[in-house]
Amino acid sequence: MELVSPTYFAKEKIQTVQDYVEFSAHAVANLFRKPFYLADMLQQADLIGVGSLPIVVLTGFFTGAVLALQASNTLERFGSITLVGQLVSTSMVRELGPVLTSLMVAGRNSSGMASELGSMVVTEQIDAMRALGTDPMKKLVTPRVVATVFMLFFLTIISDLIGLVGGLAIAKLLLRLDARQYWYNAWETLVFQDVFMGLIKPVIFGFIIATIGCFYGMNARGGTQGVGRATTQAMVAASVIILAMDLLVTRLLMATLAYH
Amino acid sequence: MSAPALPLGHTERIKEDNSAPAIIFEDVALAFGDNQVLREISFQLARGETKAVFGVAGSGKSLILKLALGLIRPDSGRIVVLGQDLSDLREEDLFVLRAKIGMVFQESALFDSLNVRENVAYRLMEEHGIYDDDIDKRVREVLRFVELEHTLDLDPAELSGGMRRRVAIARALITQPELLLYDSPTGGLDPVTSNTIIELIVKQRDVNQTSALLVTHRLQDAFSMATHQWDRQNNRMVPLPPGQHCQVPLSFMILREGKIIFDGDLQALAHTEDEYIKEYIS
Repeated sequence: MELVSPTYFAKEKIQTVQDYVEFSAHAVANLFRKPFYLADMLQQADLIGVGSLPIVVLTGFFTGAVLALQASNTLERFGSITLVGQLVSTSMVRELGPVLTSLMVAGRNSSGMASELGSMVVTEQIDAMRALGTDPMKKLVTPRVVATVFMLFFLTIISDLIGLVGGLAIAKLLLRLDARQYWYNAWETLVFQDVFMGLIKPVIFGFIIATIGCFYGMNARGGTQGVGRATTQAMVAASVIILAMDLLVTRLLMATLAYH
Repeated sequence: MSAPALPLGHTERIKEDNSAPAIIFEDVALAFGDNQVLREISFQLARGETKAVFGVAGSGKSLILKLALGLIRPDSGRIVVLGQDLSDLREEDLFVLRAKIGMVFQESALFDSLNVRENVAYRLMEEHGIYDDDIDKRVREVLRFVELEHTLDLDPAELSGGMRRRVAIARALITQPELLLYDSPTGGLDPVTSNTIIELIVKQRDVNQTSALLVTHRLQDAFSMATHQWDRQNNRMVPLPPGQHCQVPLSFMILREGKIIFDGDLQALAHTEDEYIKEYIS
């Protein structure tokens, strides 16, 4: 096995990060440059948003349900079983809703974008697009970024709600708790900081999902093998970065939003 | 094989300044990592001329087309296309220049998510936004030129290799470009289909006097083009009378290890003393 020089390895990684930042900045800058491909944005919003709805609903429901189940076990020991609603609500809204929804969407869409764009690169369709006078960044990348950020925001809201429904199902059917009390506690416990945190995360994660997927796709090289590699790398990178950013964002918001 | 005549509008081209070459390459060099693919490439393509570029696989032929289109930048040297120095142009400016250039890619590079109609109309749709009757008329016209009007609503996956190549040619021709770049237009095709493609290229050359750079590994295609012309009366490709081969604006260029080892017409190629070239064309 050939050993790679650590300097070369480090330089390559830093170069990739630089290229990614440049790529993302370009994608955002295109929002202020004509032409605007609104039809493509709407189409992507449909594919990414509506297309991911089933998986997001399922994820939300089962996450909420298992949260309630696990929580009940612990809360019962302290005689606080009625707090299930609060626990499911704050966990889903602040953390699990945004993160798990983003991971599911990353798995589905980040890899999808990488494989679609990667296939276009290796079959010279991107070159053909440039030859025909269209900027592939404006036509392909920016619409995907906008659509993902926009739709992930709403998908997270849906996931949070369905998660609460999942928690309710367990609370009512297994734990024999009162549904109205569950909903009241779930609603009442939420404060602005919780909702703000829970909704700023999908915006950031959506940006990560789309830019990572498109970045790996547009830089795919080496035929079908290259496309396969790009697809896997996109999914892995997007997932890892989402988890890392989650920690950063949570800490930052906790420090700045005066949590009590 | 006969093909439908082009509408009158296509045959009356406004002649641009014919003295300036369509393409000028001056000492162009390009390397990928340690691999120096092109070294000191210098040539010119006159207006209305077709230049067939040959070389073994990996000799950098396709890169010359991509350099001419500004899809990649050279490491050094100067490239002037249709009077504009590419090194002075940003990507946005290149889009304006590319409106006058048509390129046919090696594997056609049709957009998978669009059907034939949308592929061919692509550039016009980007400019006008709406697929109206005018665009439809031009799409049908150019598909008729390549004899594929019946494939309007098909997807690229439903077409054969030869049909995809012809649709790619139609897509390149729809804006009546001044310069055409062909990357192995007959690569991977059977002899009959290859002949169809060559006829289209000859028709385009003789009827519209478009300048063209044709990258190919098939000598027989280039010899066909050098010894035939388009008969407008009967709408088919016919052999040139003997002794008239020099009247066809076709030249040959051969690349070897990143350098040009031959650049001249059919006569010069036939009388070359270079052993490598003689072996290459035998």
